[in-house]
Amino acid sequence: MKPGSIAIVGAAETTELGRIPELSQIGLHADAALNAMKDAGLKPADIDGIATAGETPVTVAHYLGLTPKWVDGTAVGGCSFMIHVRHAAAAIESGLCSTVLITHGESGRSGIARTRPAVSPGSLQGQFELPYGPMGPPTLFTIPVLRYMKTYGLTHEQLAMVSVVQREWAAKNPRATFRDQITVDDVLNSRMIAYPFRLLQCCLVTDGGGALILVSRERAKDFPRKPVYLLGTGESVETPMVSQMEDFTSSRAFRVAGAKAFAESGITHRDVDHLMIYDAFAHLPIYGLEDLGFCSRGEAARFIWERNTAPGGKLPLNTNGGGLSYMHSGMYGMYALQESVRQMRGIAPAQVPGAKLSVCHGVGGMFAASGTIIMTNEAP
Amino acid sequence: MPEAQRPRPQPTPETRHFWDGTKVGELRLQRCDACRKAYFPPRPFCPHCAAREVSVFKASGKGRLYSYVIHHRPVPGFTPPYAIAVVELDEGPRLMTNIVDCPQTPEALVLDMPVEVAFERLDDEITLPLFRPVKG
Ligand SMILES: [Zn+2]
Repeated sequence: MKPGSIAIVGAAETTELGRIPELSQIGLHADAALNAMKDAGLKPADIDGIATAGETPVTVAHYLGLTPKWVDGTAVGGCSFMIHVRHAAAAIESGLCSTVLITHGESGRSGIARTRPAVSPGSLQGQFELPYGPMGPPTLFTIPVLRYMKTYGLTHEQLAMVSVVQREWAAKNPRATFRDQITVDDVLNSRMIAYPFRLLQCCLVTDGGGALILVSRERAKDFPRKPVYLLGTGESVETPMVSQMEDFTSSRAFRVAGAKAFAESGITHRDVDHLMIYDAFAHLPIYGLEDLGFCSRGEAARFIWERNTAPGGKLPLNTNGGGLSYMHSGMYGMYALQESVRQMRGIAPAQVPGAKLSVCHGVGGMFAASGTIIMTNEAP
Repeated sequence: MPEAQRPRPQPTPETRHFWDGTKVGELRLQRCDACRKAYFPPRPFCPHCAAREVSVFKASGKGRLYSYVIHHRPVPGFTPPYAIAVVELDEGPRLMTNIVDCPQTPEALVLDMPVEVAFERLDDEITLPLFRPVKG
């Protein structure tokens, strides 16, 4: 993608977040999509491309009354939406379609008509991981971290600090699920889930959705909202089995996606005003800061401890409160993108003053996949 | 026996040798005939160089505790707290497993401690490769 050639002109979350017992999963997709179309001043007839995960593009297109000529059903977990943005940019740039809608909706808490990928007992995960008792992300995503702790001397207190700092951001956000301040001791005294992870180091489980609309730079100025331009994008995958990660202290998918996005954008790390790193668990921002190149190996926890990513710090990170405090429906990547867009539009509840450049980094599965989007509010 | 309720793996044609091996007390890996790298999980070609010429061999069953979590919530077939561990075999590949004959505590589960395979029979067809600390 040529930097700045594609823009986000519509962005919205579901009207409510948290507990939404009156909407099913497809209803959450639709609520977010209708809000995004209203945000962009568009009608279903204006949309000619659809990308989604969780539901299929067929289901969403039919429900919304769309007639797309481009579809993308990439579903690799929570970063699917970053990858949709990347694919949509390529599709628009090459003339396959002109106006792409990306939707997410997930009844994570209420569980109304939620689709869940089933793992076959004959798959490699079914044969070589499930028999040993993992029960979802809290027991899988977390497995590499003791190796990281031994390699780099990361302490339990440092890992707890990630949650503390993000709660400081959440306190500024009226839509955040948890806003009460917490301390390192609060985190370390919360209920043990899967050692070394305690409750306050694990993401929320909520209902919600979000949607984005993308068009070419040439058309972007004609929309009601300030356009947010894409500067660089990256994606990759590694393994569906966390036990088979090449390196337990670093994600290959993070490194590949991040490096590609940075190279495409032509920016340096010093140019970045705002950063989102998908935080399903407290170690994710640490891995992300290092794998994206913001910190040297083993340095990210100290970087966070010294408040560089906290309110007032030089690299504001997860300014909505993140998956740890804001919301987490299951595939959180869409909410990270929404916060980057809000920051670039200048309307975030915890707005970073004068922010011009945002990096938004997502993870899918348990370090299985990754997508990175770099955006700016400055016209190219 | 709570173990009877664990999720049961379903062998496939490509992994049959592995489960045939554990049944007779052998931990079987594969090695590429071309680039000589050992690999896991099983597949009928080399994940490093794509050669189809690969051999099954009996691994030492020895390795070291590479990483783990200790799960504190109930799961069918398991009594919390229990560790879900990754062992790095002496031959190089890593695999997920449980650590037996060992308290399920951070104090007892020390990273890099030597471990050896301990086979746990589930039923006539499936025996799981668990690991235990090497004594002495
Ligand atoms: Zn080979």
